[in-house]
Amino acid sequence: MSLTSLSEGYAPMRIIVNGDAREVKAATIADLLTILEAPQKGLAVERNRAIVPKSLYKSTLILDGDEIEIVQFVGGG
Amino acid sequence: MADGQAKSEKDGLVIAGRRFNSRLIIGTGKYKNYAENAAAAEAAGADMVTVAVRRVNLSDPSKERLTEFLDPKRYTYLPNTAGCFTADDAIRTLRLAREAGGWTLVKLEVLSDQKTLYPDMEETLRAAKLLIAEGFEVMVYCSDDPVYARKLEDAGCAAIMPLGSLIGSGLGIQNPVNIRLIVEQTRVPVIVDAGVGTASDAAIAMELGCDGVLMNTAIAEAKDPVLMASAMRHAVIAGREAYRAGRMGKKRYADPSSPLAGLI
Repeated sequence: MSLTSLSEGYAPMRIIVNGDAREVKAATIADLLTILEAPQKGLAVERNRAIVPKSLYKSTLILDGDEIEIVQFVGGG
Repeated sequence: MADGQAKSEKDGLVIAGRRFNSRLIIGTGKYKNYAENAAAAEAAGADMVTVAVRRVNLSDPSKERLTEFLDPKRYTYLPNTAGCFTADDAIRTLRLAREAGGWTLVKLEVLSDQKTLYPDMEETLRAAKLLIAEGFEVMVYCSDDPVYARKLEDAGCAAIMPLGSLIGSGLGIQNPVNIRLIVEQTRVPVIVDAGVGTASDAAIAMELGCDGVLMNTAIAEAKDPVLMASAMRHAVIAGREAYRAGRMGKKRYADPSSPLAGLI
């Protein structure tokens, strides 16, 4: 997959996504969701325990060491 | 149309200003797959389903998603806090749910230990107050203690949801006296949540005057979940109608149903 233009020139960063360490070349939350092929709808994203609203996916930068959670609704009682 | 039938059709459930036709709320866990879950929801006639908030499976993006089978436009999703053992975890989970779904009606449960999944009422009450202050409409899973039920109602919870017995146990309504006390004192809907094992348990909850029943395992772990979902739909309707009809008084001795006059 080709990285988005936003990500060019950025060195890969080490972050934790849903508990797993990853090296990604993503500048923003929007980049990260694209790279990870996350579903387009029905998500919630936390960066370092703070919720990132959908309207801020493109403007929220990812920094080395960030802990990201990406969640959705699943079956439950 | 018979008068009784007309009455039952108008007899909806109102929670936090929202009207629901069905008094049966079902879970979406433990099913063989989401397709079976959707068929059960259809058979149950449910308007509301509980859902959990979990990490997206990033290793397999093609995995089935709940929303593809149970349309959130048709079913009101009630996000839960299953697996949360502290108020802080529960609040974090429901903030994420609000972001993912965009709605504020939620099911709060704060559990005490893995063995019983019994609600930790101190943490539950603390979480309820914080969530209500943030604008959530909280349907709260709780013990069958009328004192805590009142505190939760006073805190502003949208529905009080005492357990019939432990989550997933199928042991039925273990303390009908307490459930009845809670029903009598509570002005918001009372919904028995957890413990129902079979149709008669659901009917008993409704006969006690509960406004609804929430269940998951009783349907999901039945041999035929779709048939059990249908049984539960009938049980909830039957129990509700029996409650509204007002049962006959109990007597210790026989009372003949046929007239004694004119006996040959």
